[in-house]
Amino acid sequence: MEKFKTIHSRGIPLPVENIDTDQIIPARFLKATGREGFGENLFKDWRFNRDGTVNDEFVLNKDAFQGSILVAGSNFGCGSSREHAAWALGDYGFKVVVSSFFADIFKGNALNNGLLPVQVSASFLQALLKGISEDPTMSISVNLEQELITVSGLNLSEKFEINPYKKLCLLSGYDDMDYLVSILDAVKEYEEKESR
Amino acid sequence: MGKTLFDKVWDSHVVTTIKEGPQVLYIDKHLIHEVTSPQAFNELKERGLSLLRPNQILATADHNTPTKEQHLPIKDELSRKQLEALTKNCADNNIELYGLGHKYNGIIHVIAPELGVTQPGMTIVCGDSHTSTHGAFGSIAFGIGTSQVAQVFATQSVVMEKPKSMRITIDGKLNKGVLSKDVVLYILAEISTNGGTGHFIEFAGEVFENMSMESRMTVCNMSIEMGARGGMIAPDETTFDYVRGRKFAPKETVIEQKVAFWKTLATDKTAVFDTEYTFKASDIAPMITFGTNPGMGMKITASIPKNTNESYKKSLKYMGFKQGDSLENVQVNYVFIGSCTNARIEDFRAAAAFIKGKKKADNVTALIVPGSQLVAKQIREEGLQAVFEDAGFELRQPGCSACLAMNDDKIPDGEYCVSTSNRNFEGRQGQGARTLLASPLVAASVAVAGKIVDISNLV
Repeated sequence: MEKFKTIHSRGIPLPVENIDTDQIIPARFLKATGREGFGENLFKDWRFNRDGTVNDEFVLNKDAFQGSILVAGSNFGCGSSREHAAWALGDYGFKVVVSSFFADIFKGNALNNGLLPVQVSASFLQALLKGISEDPTMSISVNLEQELITVSGLNLSEKFEINPYKKLCLLSGYDDMDYLVSILDAVKEYEEKESR
Repeated sequence: MGKTLFDKVWDSHVVTTIKEGPQVLYIDKHLIHEVTSPQAFNELKERGLSLLRPNQILATADHNTPTKEQHLPIKDELSRKQLEALTKNCADNNIELYGLGHKYNGIIHVIAPELGVTQPGMTIVCGDSHTSTHGAFGSIAFGIGTSQVAQVFATQSVVMEKPKSMRITIDGKLNKGVLSKDVVLYILAEISTNGGTGHFIEFAGEVFENMSMESRMTVCNMSIEMGARGGMIAPDETTFDYVRGRKFAPKETVIEQKVAFWKTLATDKTAVFDTEYTFKASDIAPMITFGTNPGMGMKITASIPKNTNESYKKSLKYMGFKQGDSLENVQVNYVFIGSCTNARIEDFRAAAAFIKGKKKADNVTALIVPGSQLVAKQIREEGLQAVFEDAGFELRQPGCSACLAMNDDKIPDGEYCVSTSNRNFEGRQGQGARTLLASPLVAASVAVAGKIVDISNLV
């Protein structure tokens, strides 16, 4: 996994609550056996009309909105456990998702793929959504080391929480697999003790 | 302070605790299917790792599989390739696979319990959010992402923070026409689609104690729709009777020893939960959903609640409903009885008991999709097949089918489908399809009437 560095980017506002993983990546695109290329089908049925034409109303299709930070409504990533949702967001170019609430499985999947879920207060989220809708060029900084999200144009900043272990993993480009493999002897001892 | 059922199973599976961090949880059973496993097998190869305990894995093909003419090659090339990858990966790694056409094939969350793979006190994972189903046996069962599938392959463990505990207690006797699906849709309507986030739920009280294992599985299956990692029900005589004698259940010589241990798993009287809810059975009526998340449900006879929230309005617009609308008499052209939520024999018995001697309405296409080959066999042996076919229902072969629009079974754009599945998300059953979640009994009544009707007047 790549090391996570401080991000300075514009944000893309998606003020919809309960965005489920079927919206992020519909099931019909889960037939691949690799991890690449899912970005093409990110939010497919919102980005495109039923006849295949581009939906100009959808935020990802508006030229004014650019950047690697997605700012979304509460309970982002609910539903299916498909890690393809995290892959699709990462493949499309997102590095951070900001919301006031994340579904558990999505949050874990995102962290396992170097995509940082930043959980902020509901009031911070509302101010940020409003701010970037009015001025899409506004810059957002996400500093993982300091656990701080800052929007200088709005005079806003807020601390966010992340488990110290997960933080260390992201900053050093180390993941759960590296850790688990390093303690394989302890797993085997556990098995022996439980006589499995 | 005493321990909860969840504490007892969790604590006995902790391999180690990371300083200031999550815990490492040992996994007893790993269930896999074709959609979320191929990238995990690839990852192992890329990292030069091998599987630690292939004999603790059970594989099936369910999401991509057609429900017609399963003996023929699969037409969709990508689906076929994904199934071929599963077959090859399982063969290369000595994993037991009940693939398409096998006598034990079916939806992973239907076959593992019916084969006795699922047992009380276990930790069970699968790259599938509805793994929560297996909590019905008093096991800790939850869905994981593909990176974790790879981790379990290599180390039989996951890294996870211990979730908070929640208990939902419902005492009393259920009303006429109310099935376990109505109970879980009622809870969802009360606590919403994120009411359980960060928690593991224990369902307790008379209502769950009186349920069969099939009914309990329906409830635990949808605990993920509350945002919870999973749901559990304390194992009791109903559980032990269900497990005894199944293919992979402990053998006769040791099972009573196991049962004695399983009996110790129930939550201690002095245990304290982080969050508690209590509901009354008498308040629960047959339910239906009207929106695009499973928490947007109501009694069939109610009107769609008013709400000024923008996401709520967007959801109703997608469904073609207005605030204050009643759903009674809304015409429905598609009915689906199946999925890991409601494709067990009890579900089909309930539907067939209502359908017997009646015909489906002319406007309705009604699909009956068993959860497994064994359930399909029971449907034939119990004479339910004749009931469905005489009534004009289409009985298909086992699979996930129209639950998630990954195979040929899809609901057309703009059409309503009363479905016994678990998710009514936008496009879940096909692009533009509008899903209304309900019990098998409600689904059967809609198929016969051709429109939404109040089942409590009909049973």
